[in-house]
Amino acid sequence: MNLGIFIEQVPDGDGAWWEMLASGLGWTLGTAFFAWIMAFTLGSIVGVARTTDKPSLVRAGNAYVELFRNIPLIVQFFVWYFVVPGLVPAVKAWVVSLDPTEHQFVTSIVCLGLFTSARIAEQVRAGIQSLSHGQRDAGYAIGLTRPQTYRHVLLPMAYRIIIPPLTSEVMNLIKNTAVAYSIGLVELFFRTREMAEMTFRYFEAFAAATLIYMVIAMSANRVMALIERRVAVPGYIAGGK
Amino acid sequence: MIEIKNVSKWYGSFQVLNHCSTHVRKGEVVVVCGPSGSGKSTLIKTVNALEPFQKGEITVDGISVGDSKTDLPKLRAKIGMVFQNFELFPHMKITENLTIGQIKVLGRSPDEARERGLKMLDRVGLIDQMDKYPGQLSGGQQQRVAIARALSMDPIAMLFDEPTSALDPEMINEVLDVMVELAQEGMTMMCVTHEMGFARKVAHRVIFMDQGSIVEDATKDDFFGKPRSERAQQFLSKILHH
Repeated sequence: MNLGIFIEQVPDGDGAWWEMLASGLGWTLGTAFFAWIMAFTLGSIVGVARTTDKPSLVRAGNAYVELFRNIPLIVQFFVWYFVVPGLVPAVKAWVVSLDPTEHQFVTSIVCLGLFTSARIAEQVRAGIQSLSHGQRDAGYAIGLTRPQTYRHVLLPMAYRIIIPPLTSEVMNLIKNTAVAYSIGLVELFFRTREMAEMTFRYFEAFAAATLIYMVIAMSANRVMALIERRVAVPGYIAGGK
Repeated sequence: MIEIKNVSKWYGSFQVLNHCSTHVRKGEVVVVCGPSGSGKSTLIKTVNALEPFQKGEITVDGISVGDSKTDLPKLRAKIGMVFQNFELFPHMKITENLTIGQIKVLGRSPDEARERGLKMLDRVGLIDQMDKYPGQLSGGQQQRVAIARALSMDPIAMLFDEPTSALDPEMINEVLDVMVELAQEGMTMMCVTHEMGFARKVAHRVIFMDQGSIVEDATKDDFFGKPRSERAQQFLSKILHH
């Protein structure tokens, strides 16, 4: 093992190999962060839609989930990157105005955001449906409207209940960003491969990547555990404590 | 106050309510009883539109419940409801449970809502529990908070859906005491309950339901004196034995 490789300069670039990996990590975290915001927002909306008493909304929500859940992630990446711009002229016009890295970044966020949102929608639906129907009735009975009942009564408890599966989803999302290498996004896995192939230091490069992925996924896990403790409801059995 | 006219309801092809008609006048206490599955909970939930119905008409304070143009949240805010399983909001402190409806629905200021909520909490004897969460209270205490939550909205009538059925025996009376007090103060009440002691004490009328129909709708004295239907007699003899 040669740890000195990390401070060696990249032959055709600026900076050392560790800086390349750090820059890859930046893209990985950036992609995961924005994709999470998108996934959480869309997933909540679709999840809620699937628990309403409107059959059309329920069906649309179900279709959404099945669409993004049943196609392999790497296929979705290729569809968003190569197929969609060709199909929709407005998207085409927009992506050609971006530089390639921006295009890859936006595509990765959209693709991972939608893919993950379908999974979150499923969890939000399950969380809401795990609450007793009486909770909804109690919200309506004091005069809350349907949106108010979701906002103040159902969702606060549903989110608390689904924190454990949401934690897995955050970790999955972080790990899934590695697939973005397939469309050329210069994220951590892309840089790791690049380093390994150019230096033939496969062991060092992948040991570093393994360590970094483990640290960020485990940090996400710790942060979620912290949130879970912070929002635990005193006296409520499913809330822990 | 509450008029129920010829109400029928089906779940698919199964009829849960069959031409039910009755009424609750202002200040009146009406107890609804009957065997399980007789439709009594369903009937009381149609009054504030928690259960839709397909036929008939219900009006509350002159407003039609089944009319699609009716502002249901506004109507429901005027009718207090107490559930079998309390249904307090577990993630909110007792004070928040008492104020959320007042703030979000009635538009009261947080201070005003708190003052009103605490007054009702004091009334049910739980003022010292104001900063706790529902999960930290006993069943009887939770149900009293639920009554206080409904009263905080200044309702014109109260609906009780088996308020003591989920309680341990030693907690039933603390809830019934609050209800008796309410009844004696002239609150308009419709109560689904098997507590015949409560019915004898404060009810003006007793409704007996069986298989989705109102079989008996009589004054308290008539009902306990000589129920006209055989079904009601059987029911009474079964539950009054012990």
